[in-house]
Amino acid sequence: MQRTMENFIRALRAQDIRVSPAEAIDAHRAAEAVGYADRELFRDALVTTLAKTAHEAQTFDSVFETFFRRDEFTKTPEEDADKALADELPEGDGQGDLAHMLLEHDDAALAQAMEAAAERAGVSEIRLSSQRRLLTRRMLDEMGLGGLEQRIANAGRREDEKGKQLAERLAKVREALFAEAGRYVERQHDLYAAESGRKLREDVLSNQKLTAIDEHELATMQRLVRRMAKNLASKYSRHIRRAKRGQLDVRRTIRKSLGHGGLPFDLIWKSKTIDRPSIAVMCDVSGSVAQAAHFLLLFLYSLNEVVERLDAFAFSNRLVPVGDILNDEAVADAIAMVIKRIGMRSTDYGLALEDFCALELAKIDNKTTVIILGDGRTNYVNPRLDLMRAISERARAVIWLNPEPESLWTRGDSEMERYKRFCTVAKTCSTLAELERIIEDVLRTYMPR
Amino acid sequence: MTIPVPAAAYTPPAQLSSVEAITEGLASVGYIASRRIATAVMMAAHLQKPVLVEGQAGVGKTELAISTATMLGLPLIRMQCYEGLDESKALYEWKYGKQLLYTQILKDRMGEQLGDAKSMAEAMDRLHSMGDLFFSEPFLEPRPLLKALTQVGGAVLLIDEIDKSDEAFEAFLLEILSAFQVSVPELGVIKATTPPIVFLTSNNVRDLGDALKRRCLHLYIPLPTAELEERIVASRVPDVDAKLNRELVAFVQSLRGLDLRKSPSISETVDWARVLLLLHAHALDPELVRETLNVLLKFEQDILGVDPQIGELLRPQARPAGK
Repeated sequence: MQRTMENFIRALRAQDIRVSPAEAIDAHRAAEAVGYADRELFRDALVTTLAKTAHEAQTFDSVFETFFRRDEFTKTPEEDADKALADELPEGDGQGDLAHMLLEHDDAALAQAMEAAAERAGVSEIRLSSQRRLLTRRMLDEMGLGGLEQRIANAGRREDEKGKQLAERLAKVREALFAEAGRYVERQHDLYAAESGRKLREDVLSNQKLTAIDEHELATMQRLVRRMAKNLASKYSRHIRRAKRGQLDVRRTIRKSLGHGGLPFDLIWKSKTIDRPSIAVMCDVSGSVAQAAHFLLLFLYSLNEVVERLDAFAFSNRLVPVGDILNDEAVADAIAMVIKRIGMRSTDYGLALEDFCALELAKIDNKTTVIILGDGRTNYVNPRLDLMRAISERARAVIWLNPEPESLWTRGDSEMERYKRFCTVAKTCSTLAELERIIEDVLRTYMPR
Repeated sequence: MTIPVPAAAYTPPAQLSSVEAITEGLASVGYIASRRIATAVMMAAHLQKPVLVEGQAGVGKTELAISTATMLGLPLIRMQCYEGLDESKALYEWKYGKQLLYTQILKDRMGEQLGDAKSMAEAMDRLHSMGDLFFSEPFLEPRPLLKALTQVGGAVLLIDEIDKSDEAFEAFLLEILSAFQVSVPELGVIKATTPPIVFLTSNNVRDLGDALKRRCLHLYIPLPTAELEERIVASRVPDVDAKLNRELVAFVQSLRGLDLRKSPSISETVDWARVLLLLHAHALDPELVRETLNVLLKFEQDILGVDPQIGELLRPQARPAGK
């Protein structure tokens, strides 16, 4: 049973349920406590130890169903006739003889034999869908397909009517066996390999250049970004600290002073301050970042979903607040709407910064992080570095994420090199993986704690 | 990583020996449990692990802990979590006032004791032994967690809305949850004599840490099926007649299919049943539903949204009732 349990846990892990060794041990203990006789009880006991969220519990149920399902070998009306025919078979190597089992329709033995053969053939190690045929074949060989073929050939060579009949029937049940084995391997594939394909796609996607991401990958992208934004937001929630002035907390102060013989060395105050960090984001959606704009907006959208106090703006030349659109529309509509209304014009960072200062500067304080998403290409107009300085002086941190590589920041109309001076961090982020890493670093270092 | 080994001497009480016994026991105190819930309670007792109960507000998370305590005849020790909860409120605190008072009262006595010491070192030694007196059990004010650990004969500990506490507190809970012991610096390690049955509830205000989740069994209580909900209502509001029960549950179930800000959960269904009973209603009609809708729905926009659909929502249930 241990091996089965290990495989089951591996199947769970393949479906993105994280099972630590300690949980695996708990699962074993749980199984021991309830026994294996009552399937439902067994399942419910395992689910409490292995699934950790409602979503995981759902996944668990479906994995459990697939994993512990054993198809009945299909019943046929010829069963009685087959059993009679079984006597015709020359004595084989006795127990576990495949032809006997098939003709006698000994389902339990067949299922067991298949299970054992699967283990010998290593079916549960399946990784790719292209391995299915090979593994099916290998499993059948392990079950003794060679012997069966031999018998069919032998029976076919017999002169009498019975022999012919026998060969015919054996060929029929062999077909059924093939189908059954195919289904078995298919199930194993679903359990262990189906998810790894998805993971592979996601990995590739997160390391792909943002500008090269296709429209049809948007859904996968969205899932990745949302997961990322959610992780970030949970780290970036409000925090309570004790204040350093205000009303004295007599009780605590006295308690603390006991250590010094009643002399109040450490004063403790009653009031607490709650840090409520806020973020202001301005996102470039102009023609020059057209390719990445989709993605930047997607990120903005997800961030808006998870961060409580977020002011979102988008600009080509004039800057427009987009909070309402992000709040009210579904993601694809919101992105399309923002791009249609604001996007794809020529960039003017000077003008955008002017608007940003007019709308937002008064709200920026030492708890605000300003994030700018854009390439810093200004079409040679005044970059308004003075405004950039004003923003950076007020804000807690200014973070600039640029889809272009650093080597291009000094080329052409890019003002990045000059803007950079006023940024706490200015980084290239051209893939999703990079973005995630940067944002995490940034939050850890520059967010109020 | 340490894996807690259960105390060999402990055997779970007889009421917790099988799923059927638990289901029955809980039913006898008015809690209708699904199989999965009963199994989780049973595993909690057998593996001696806390249960983390998740689910929408009002599906009976807290009630499960209360009912388990009643069923087992154990005291329920409840700790409500909130932002800023710390160990002095959760675990223990020194009775500092009493300590100060006693030092004052015993001042002379101490002088005497110390007066005849021959050397400074001896006086110091005596003082040390006295100091320990003031950090002993009589000066210890136990808070819920310590109470649950020291309770003779065991207890049911309910840590309510753990997600409202901050991360530091969650980390602090780990020792208690995995080994049923706490370290008090002045006294050493205090270990539970009988491990309490622990329930933690969460509304998913924030994601709980993996470390905490790993130490707990997980139980998600979903909104009930119509059949289960009817049984719950019947058990909580015994006077409501079967026909009305079926109608009102069907109505609530259909409400849950709508896109609401807060869809009604079991507690609202039970409240509504009580209200209908008080109004001497025997069947649902649109007027009655409209007047009492505020029991089920807690947001103005939900009520306004549902209002025009009431007639329609009531109609389909006429069919199963008519059969």
